[in-house]
Amino acid sequence: MDAMHPSELAISSDARLAALVRRLARNPSVVLGGAVLALLALASAAAPLLGTVDPTLLDPVNRDLLPGASARVTALTGESFRHTFWMGTDSFGRDIYSRVLYGGRVSLSVGLAVAALSLAIGVGVGLVAGYVRALDGVVMRAMDGLMAIPGVLLAIALVALWRASLLTVVAAIAIPEIPRVVRLARSLVLTIREEPYVEAAISVGTPTGALLLRHVLPNAAAPLIVQGTYVCASAILIESILSFLGAGLPTDVPTWGNIMAEGRLQFTAYPHNVFFPGVFLALTVLAVNMLGDGLRDTLDPKFNRRGDRPA
Amino acid sequence: MSEPVLRIEGLTVALPAGGDRRYAVENVGLEVAAGEILCLLGESGSGKSIIAQAAMGLLPPNVKPVAGRVFLSGEELLAADARRLRALRGARMSMVFQEPMTALNPVMSCGAQVDELLRAHTGLTPLERRQRVLRMFEQVRLPDPERIHSAYPHQLSGGQRQRIMIAMALILKPALLIADEPTTALDVTTQAEILRLITELCRENGTAVLFITHDFGVVAEIADRVAVLRLGELVESGAAKTLLAAPRHEYTRVLLAAVPKLAPRKPPIDEGRVVQLRASGLTKIFESGGWFVRRHAVRAADGVEFEVRLGETLGIVGESGSGKSTVARLLGRLIEPSAGEIELDGEPITGYAGDRARQLRRRIQFVFQDPYRSLNPRRTVGAAIVEGPMNFGVPRQEARARAVELMDLVRLSPGALERYPHEFSGGQRQRVCIARALAMRPEVLIADEAVSALDVSVQTQILSLLEDIQQRLRLTLIFITHDLRVAAQICNRVVVMQRGRVVEQGPVREVFAHPRHEYTRALLDAAPGRSFAFGKS
Repeated sequence: MDAMHPSELAISSDARLAALVRRLARNPSVVLGGAVLALLALASAAAPLLGTVDPTLLDPVNRDLLPGASARVTALTGESFRHTFWMGTDSFGRDIYSRVLYGGRVSLSVGLAVAALSLAIGVGVGLVAGYVRALDGVVMRAMDGLMAIPGVLLAIALVALWRASLLTVVAAIAIPEIPRVVRLARSLVLTIREEPYVEAAISVGTPTGALLLRHVLPNAAAPLIVQGTYVCASAILIESILSFLGAGLPTDVPTWGNIMAEGRLQFTAYPHNVFFPGVFLALTVLAVNMLGDGLRDTLDPKFNRRGDRPA
Repeated sequence: MSEPVLRIEGLTVALPAGGDRRYAVENVGLEVAAGEILCLLGESGSGKSIIAQAAMGLLPPNVKPVAGRVFLSGEELLAADARRLRALRGARMSMVFQEPMTALNPVMSCGAQVDELLRAHTGLTPLERRQRVLRMFEQVRLPDPERIHSAYPHQLSGGQRQRIMIAMALILKPALLIADEPTTALDVTTQAEILRLITELCRENGTAVLFITHDFGVVAEIADRVAVLRLGELVESGAAKTLLAAPRHEYTRVLLAAVPKLAPRKPPIDEGRVVQLRASGLTKIFESGGWFVRRHAVRAADGVEFEVRLGETLGIVGESGSGKSTVARLLGRLIEPSAGEIELDGEPITGYAGDRARQLRRRIQFVFQDPYRSLNPRRTVGAAIVEGPMNFGVPRQEARARAVELMDLVRLSPGALERYPHEFSGGQRQRVCIARALAMRPEVLIADEAVSALDVSVQTQILSLLEDIQQRLRLTLIFITHDLRVAAQICNRVVVMQRGRVVEQGPVREVFAHPRHEYTRALLDAAPGRSFAFGKS
């Protein structure tokens, strides 16, 4: 065989990627979870185009309307038009449909940001703890200490300490999640560092940083990505809990937790206040978890023996 | 003629779609009579274990027999239902596996595990069962049966664990014993004992034995008859004596010729050559334990002394736990010695630290044992080979050009550089590992059990490749192996290690012909198939 042209190299790594995509596409929970998430993300991103009104618009005349009712709305600009409240209104006359779609922006971005942040920090710390023996004990005891505090409690304390904003909520939720990621990353490193290919890399003089990035991290990536999806799901849930408890974002920002907290008072009379944000929350968390399970089945060699060594 | 214990007729087993071939085994027929040992011989992937699993009714769910019949003393097994098979397994036919540690339940005492069989298949009282287990332990020559009865698997040595497995397999006096590579995971001296034990017990009880192996030495040692399997097809079968002496099929001839001879081949190297590497008083103590656990120290290498001359091949031989791999890692500075000195070209290198220590990596290189695990599965072969030189500042272009040359040297196509390790066979991967080591232009190459994981025909190719490369590049080669045959073929001199110490060293011809130390003698005596002259080419 002749030496391969660089373009053929591209083909071979593209082919690998294509094979992975094919495998993912064959997994029903990846497809379903991914589709539901994509739909939710799209809907909340395109909220202004989907027949919504200003989610913070108070309208005492139209308060406590049932789902499907329609009424005349006057916007802050003075413009007046007829609007159908698909999910009804709350006790301030705000459109729940609009609030739920806009609230999705907060939930999804908090989930994504927390997953990214805790993975970035957790993996960094975990790599070091797993590889540098001298630091392992100190770092892991600190993580144990952090894990001893219930996550939601720690998050509430942190939000109370700082002022509630999107950034502080993300940080407050991410910090309790970090030790879990550190533990996983460290245990992966402890296994991978014993692999002969790591020893082989050391024997050709690979510096420690490059060793971790080139040899250890790529082989730990799959379980970490899966863990990331679980962190994402729990972050969405915790954000809602914080909002519901009034410890999250200020009440003027529509979030699923805030909507439910406000609807709670008249839940018996107007259950739609809690029902719709609740359904969206449950659907999102379910979709993220399904995606995570599917990714685990597809990516993790332990669950996928045949993909590991093609015959 | 009476009905044989095991009779397999036209057995064909289909593999799941997408495998590398359609049938795991195709149209295989064989018979084993009472008291007879049939060796089923084949390289990895030949389908020999599939035959054993089909007979035991233990085939994986996605692998199905599509044709043929299997008879145990006249009873058809493929048609038998699960309950009947369960009654037969253990009582009428039993199996010994390769890895005794994983085949035994780690949380049950050895006695209880054997007792379980008796409880399931006999109506004996607990006391009678205990007596019988203890008697069986005596028969498999376990020391202190009372103690072993209450011991857990991890408290025993590999050989003792395999004896427990054999006790379990034979306690109900089955008509058929299937042994699937039962000595592959054991040291040679233990292997010799286990082989003797299986032969004796089966002769005594008239048990038929289907012995699966890849090792011609083992075949020569115990087989009455041999069946040779290649890619699922039976190529040849016959009495062991005639088949080994005059193989009819080309494949058998090739396999036999590939078995390395035990007679040393190479003369010692000229005494006048410069000493390239010298170890003196090299010691490594591994300590475990910590704050709450009692400290425990193991002397993995203890005052090891030897020297290697330029262009020489030095073999370090010994059984598992002898410290030979520890010495290899010490020489290559992968671990730090607890005491002692290593000199490279007359210069002591143990004190080197930082960048000076890193520069040593270019001069001493490794080929590791397991070619499946010593390459990063997520990086291309090319990336693996250029990594070393680029770590030391060689520009990518130059490293690539060198990698292409090396592919030629190790007889792989340059296109291999763009592919991932899983696309290669074990032998090809080991060639890649050799290329990776050579990319550093080392002076000393340390091969740690570099051919142990390979089939015998591939083994020969890699050995001759190493030899060829050594001569072309004037490399000094340190070859670590547990296999005396391999050592005999490639080494000029050998160092024999036992429990961290060097017990004997010298030119391979002298050591093998006139071993002075009793351990060396035991090793040589235990080499399977010693009485049979292999590799007459």
